[in-house]
Amino acid sequence: MQNYSIFSLARNALSGHRNWHRAWRSPPLKDRYDVIVIGAGGHGLATAYYLAKEFGITNVAVLERGWLGGGNIARNTITIRSNYMRDESIPFYVKSVAMYEGLTKELNFNMMHSKRTMVDVVQTYPKMRELRRRQLTMDIYGSTYEQISTQELRRRIPALTGGGPDARLPVIGGMVHTDAGVNRHDAVAWGYARGADALGVEIHQQTAVQSLIRGANGQIEGVETNRGTVRAPKVVVAVSGHTTTITETAGLKLPLRTMNLTAFVSEPVKPLVDVIVNCPDSGFYFSQSDKGEMVIGGAPDMGQSFRRDIKQHVFEDTVTAMLSLFPSFKKLKLMRQWGGHLDIAHDASPIMSKTDVDGLFITAGWWGGYKAIPAGGLTLAHLVAKGQPHPLMSDFTLDRFKHLDFVMESGTTTAR
Amino acid sequence: MMNITCPFCGARNESEFIFGGPVGADRPDPNAVTDAEWVEYLTIVPNPLGPVQEKWWHARGCGTWFTIWRDTRTHDIVEAPE
Repeated sequence: MQNYSIFSLARNALSGHRNWHRAWRSPPLKDRYDVIVIGAGGHGLATAYYLAKEFGITNVAVLERGWLGGGNIARNTITIRSNYMRDESIPFYVKSVAMYEGLTKELNFNMMHSKRTMVDVVQTYPKMRELRRRQLTMDIYGSTYEQISTQELRRRIPALTGGGPDARLPVIGGMVHTDAGVNRHDAVAWGYARGADALGVEIHQQTAVQSLIRGANGQIEGVETNRGTVRAPKVVVAVSGHTTTITETAGLKLPLRTMNLTAFVSEPVKPLVDVIVNCPDSGFYFSQSDKGEMVIGGAPDMGQSFRRDIKQHVFEDTVTAMLSLFPSFKKLKLMRQWGGHLDIAHDASPIMSKTDVDGLFITAGWWGGYKAIPAGGLTLAHLVAKGQPHPLMSDFTLDRFKHLDFVMESGTTTAR
Repeated sequence: MMNITCPFCGARNESEFIFGGPVGADRPDPNAVTDAEWVEYLTIVPNPLGPVQEKWWHARGCGTWFTIWRDTRTHDIVEAPE
């Protein structure tokens, strides 16, 4: 792997940028591997990387239907935080945030990590009570959450001019989560891909898995793709919204629904908001990107959806809510919109698990899974390599459904 | 925006309706099924890539509950499959 540094940048600048190596290879597809990972997104690539790095399993193929990093890792709002509710969740996300902070060095790839704090704008007393309860739980696990006054809130976010005492939902205070930040989503995908490739993992783009193959004893044997049959004793499904579509080909039913979550960005403007702003009572959140665009997200669509677009009324509701608190944004022109399809279990917690099909592993149910990529990849690689769940994720297996022992999580973005 | 046909009020804008979830299996007799079958009834919902039958509530209209078939790839309201 070619090391990236200021010296390599200078050297390649002097030679006209003609000597950069490819960040990853495109090897021919073999017919047998030790592990197949379906989906070259954040979780798939991170799992492959940690399988190779932490557990020495390098005969791994990552199969991607489209192009690397073109799924939900390119369709989220890049928020990294650990202000969750449950004892099971918080340590996992604390670990993930810490891993993200060291990722630039770990992968020798600039993640453009910006630890810029998240501020919740609270407009109802039930929400304030809920967030203070979260604060007490988070204190136990070393995550940071702190209540601030309305005055301090308006000082930190000068653009917050709505929600005065006469508003239908007046602003009553805020919570500050200093561990939160944003980074560059492409760098996460490319960094993990480059790191995994350097350790021997093969990444095959334009390789669509059509079905799973089961052996005589019901165990997984491989996958059928548009480029032929590929066999492996272990298969990891990391395909976000299409998890059930894939597992149904092996006759496996999962407690997941696929939904569409949308986001949109404004035109770039000068620096205006230097924190991630989350308004749970109004139902939207945004941050300002390095380019100056406001990256805005809202609620999911009603009903199940694989369409990955934005609905006009969801868009209008989000904008209406935003303008009630940030009236000056009325002048912003909105440039792009998109949706991503996610599968969600009804307790809103992720599923990283073995399945009833021997050798088949899934990572699914991610609702705000971007922040979980490093810890999700590491813990899933542990499960795949050792056959036993990593302590940080042992509560997130399918067993919790068998025992109806749910991890009801209210800390996901939109499970308000 | 979807245009949903309420059996009582006719075609109305989606914003008048609230989604009630997909139509799952009928409730089995808890005493007659195994634990695994009971848990499956409680946790598994249909999640097809294609037509799905689902419940909608005309909450901001007449209040009727009814079902439609909708294609999850396109959001088109479709005929019930044979």
